[in-house]
Amino acid sequence: MVLPYDSAPKFQDYARPEMLVTTGWLAEHLDDPGLVVAESDEDVLLYETGHIPGAVKLDWHTELNDPVTRDYVDGAGFARLMSEKGIARDTTLVLYGDRNNWWAAYALWVCTLFGHPDLRLLDGGRAKWIAEGRPLSTEVPQRPRTDYPVTERDDSEFRAFKEQVQAHLGQPLIDVRSPGEYTGELLHMPDYPQEGALRGGHIPGAKSVPWARAAAEDATFRSRKELEAIYQDEAGLRPDDDVVVYCRIGERSSHTWFVLHHLLGYPRVRNYDGSWTEWGNAVRVPIRRGDSP
Amino acid sequence: MTAGAGTLNPRLQEIAEEFGAVGGQQRLQLLLEFSDDLPPLPARYAEHRDLLEPVPECQSPLFLAVEVDAHDTVHLFFDAPREAPTTRGFAGILHAGLDGLGADEVLDTPGEFSSQLGLQDLVSPLRLRGMAAMLGRIKRQVRERRD
Repeated sequence: MVLPYDSAPKFQDYARPEMLVTTGWLAEHLDDPGLVVAESDEDVLLYETGHIPGAVKLDWHTELNDPVTRDYVDGAGFARLMSEKGIARDTTLVLYGDRNNWWAAYALWVCTLFGHPDLRLLDGGRAKWIAEGRPLSTEVPQRPRTDYPVTERDDSEFRAFKEQVQAHLGQPLIDVRSPGEYTGELLHMPDYPQEGALRGGHIPGAKSVPWARAAAEDATFRSRKELEAIYQDEAGLRPDDDVVVYCRIGERSSHTWFVLHHLLGYPRVRNYDGSWTEWGNAVRVPIRRGDSP
Repeated sequence: MTAGAGTLNPRLQEIAEEFGAVGGQQRLQLLLEFSDDLPPLPARYAEHRDLLEPVPECQSPLFLAVEVDAHDTVHLFFDAPREAPTTRGFAGILHAGLDGLGADEVLDTPGEFSSQLGLQDLVSPLRLRGMAAMLGRIKRQVRERRD
């Protein structure tokens, strides 16, 4: 059961307008059967302080990751998680979160690996919903359990591994970390603790486009025209390029993956989730320091 | 004084037991209560934020101040936004567990105290390190104030 798409004029310029909904659309459809809203935040307590009424919580750290191996949950684990949250395979799943939808885009990317058919992001995320004075609730909804089918994760289309990135050298790469992380001056995000990368710098050939440039001040995505100016005019990507994006653990780059693939329509964009915490620790991989790609 | 040399004071011990007595989701609720209970800054700091020390190891903005009075009693002050409830919650735990204690008791708090709350599976290791960093800075300030 697919809910109607949001026909907001701004979205119609994007390659896949159906991937976004406005806060107004969501408020109108909040009680529709067939819709589940899920909040995914950087701060794991934010949902508990108040969330969009009826929204479930999707925790990137405890729920989407395998607890032992550095990988995402498998098909059975994902099916269990979705069933517990009351999400069916034909549910329209709208994701939103804090910090320009940073973690919501990550959750959406992981759900994409399992091929969930109808995924959408709330344009502007949590910040815009709150800025507009829309209601929040601390009530945790008890959605009836579903029987989500076990679907194996498909890593081939949208995920890149280290060896694939090594084979990709010379082709377009986008580094979405902060400028200091890119040049190698910092081993971690400004104001964040060190996360254990032994070497600083970037993957040779990668262009630096910090992820949050794709977001406007109100946390919504920039217009298609503005995005093209950033990624095409400045970073030099061409619409038929095969692009790999990366950051530190693959979360910030999920946001850029969403922009390039769904909003600008690049057919082949892969997120390298090993990212700098793998590359910056790997033996004998090439690294470049400084400003230039 | 090396981190981890001491034992938990009775108040921190009680907090650790509270966390230990409940399951995962309730632990987050408990952390939220500590976040809500963190007292606001008194005017002398609210109006002079430059007197506060930033704790960049936390993933969200956090500032703190430490006073040691004439009776060698420690007073703690924290500033953390409501939009960052996890970091606020950590500050709330430290306030509840250490404010008003003697300086020696504060200095005796094990550096790895945060790992005794059973939050490792719920909160990313990065955030827990933020709490350890707050404690480290509190202890350093206590030592400085006493000198």
